[in-house]
Amino acid sequence: MSEPTHTRPPRPAGLSSASDRVFQGLILLLAGIIVLVFVLSVYQLGRESWPTLQNIGLPFFFQRVWNPVQNEYGAVAMVMGTLVTSLVALVISVPLAVASALFVAEYAPKWLANPVGYLIELLAAVPSVVYGLWALFVLAPVLSRWEQGFFTDPGKLALYTSCKTLWDSGQTNLQCLFVPSSFDGRGLALAVIILTVMILPYTASVARDVIRLVPQDQREAMYALGATKWEVISRAILPYARAGILGGVILALGRALGETLAVAMVIGDSQDLLKSIWGGASTMASVIANQFGDAQEALHRSSVVTLGLSLFVLSVAVNFVARLIIARLTPKGIQ
Amino acid sequence: MSAATQAPARRHGLSPVRRAQNLLMGGLILLATLLVVAPLILIFLYLLREGLGAMNLDFFTRVPAPEGETGGGLANAILGSVEMLAMASLLGVTVGVAGGIFLAEYPRHPLMPTIRMVSDVLAGIPAIVMGLVAYGLIVLQFGFSGLAGAVALGFLMIPIVVRTTEEVLKLVPQTVREAGLALGLPKWLVTLRIVLPAAAGGIVTGVMLALARVAGEAAPLLFTAFGNNQINVDPTKPMSALPLEIYRGATSAYDENQRLAKAGALLLITLIFLTSLLARRASRRK
Repeated sequence: MSEPTHTRPPRPAGLSSASDRVFQGLILLLAGIIVLVFVLSVYQLGRESWPTLQNIGLPFFFQRVWNPVQNEYGAVAMVMGTLVTSLVALVISVPLAVASALFVAEYAPKWLANPVGYLIELLAAVPSVVYGLWALFVLAPVLSRWEQGFFTDPGKLALYTSCKTLWDSGQTNLQCLFVPSSFDGRGLALAVIILTVMILPYTASVARDVIRLVPQDQREAMYALGATKWEVISRAILPYARAGILGGVILALGRALGETLAVAMVIGDSQDLLKSIWGGASTMASVIANQFGDAQEALHRSSVVTLGLSLFVLSVAVNFVARLIIARLTPKGIQ
Repeated sequence: MSAATQAPARRHGLSPVRRAQNLLMGGLILLATLLVVAPLILIFLYLLREGLGAMNLDFFTRVPAPEGETGGGLANAILGSVEMLAMASLLGVTVGVAGGIFLAEYPRHPLMPTIRMVSDVLAGIPAIVMGLVAYGLIVLQFGFSGLAGAVALGFLMIPIVVRTTEEVLKLVPQTVREAGLALGLPKWLVTLRIVLPAAAGGIVTGVMLALARVAGEAAPLLFTAFGNNQINVDPTKPMSALPLEIYRGATSAYDENQRLAKAGALLLITLIFLTSLLARRASRRK
């Protein structure tokens, strides 16, 4: 960045503080658009979801049936789909993300740490559709082969048949939850895999930053006592960085909840309640992507927007908590 | 800084259990890192293998062939993306930079905490929800259009630009502002002529990162820009974009559409990677 301090700006004559007020007003007006965008969003989503909130009300979130043909709308399946995919993806991604952050911050020599850090950040730059495309063309066939292979074993075929009767009656049990129900590889499991990859970099980059904030003295003190590298990490670094990492995890949760196209492309768009992790499901965001364009019925359209409103409220809450945690728990005096 | 702290060389006192545990955890951490980076490399190699062949002159100059026929390209999508990103920048950069100036230069203004909080909140709103908002605000009145898509993308850019602008403006030393004021300049000229130029590099970096971020968004365009398989430069008409064509192609049953989608994904991802790398390199130099 250039240092402009040496060039002396021309001095305009006769400008009073009145011009300051004009500029401040202009800036405030433009910055006010930010608030306007937020208010318009709330207004727009609220207005369009009003018919659903009025006609169906709170049961919208407790009814299982989502059937546009019968004009019945209950969001339990999508809310479940959103929570299950996001939380499972989170559980898988957190250890991986923290490990990669530890590698970049503690293990790798500088010549390796920078490129690896770059690569992890590029992971966040890959568009959702590209993840979806890759999952469809590369991962789905792999899963599909496994699912088809599963049924070639006669013992497992019997298991599948018994599960099939259970599924058809609209139920499932713990064992059947893990029995493949589809053959094309798409479904909840693939959505979880792709979500895991997509949210990894958010936790990883926050974790890396807070790990770097751990005071050097703390490491040196442990080493001086004869601790191994792992002991330093597990007793001096991770406890210190724990809170910040938690903030990063919640930030990643916010991403996972709203992630749309990659999930919509691979999850199979089924609005039935979850029967098997290998079967089709849907999330709130995937239903918006898949159904909003085709929704002719006013109540259908409004119900889809209600999902959007819920997603809006949910992500505002999650991000608020994440920022609160990061702000509250970042060690003082480090900026 | 991490390399500076080496474990002490004295190893003979270390019990085998502790040494094994140390090595095991080190190995697991390395393995996990490889696992994290693998998808990126696999995706890029896959797209290179599948998409590079389709990147000929037709790809950049023709529109997609009718379903079931071969040939064609993504000229409509490339042009649409450029147009919509240009329009989105107009909104995103104007409001975003102004917001950043407000947060950095008027920290004692009573509205400052509100605007900071709202901007942070906007950063977390899913892109598809912004699509719904832009649909309600614009499409309901004027129909599907490139402009509606650009507004959705612009809304998504605002919080990113606000944040980076605020951060780089705060890096400009207070003494520089005081020097300007001491020369008798009004505050607004100090901001415009001294502080902003000093921070220009960082702001440009932030804008590039915001562009890279929204250039790949297809979700908010699904029901705003809607897509168009002809070349369209009229912002009031439906318009295509690279991520939209990738989405349509990847979910299409036709090989030809899938091929174009893979080539489109390769182009998009390459442009995004280059932009992010350039932006990061630029911001690193300070």
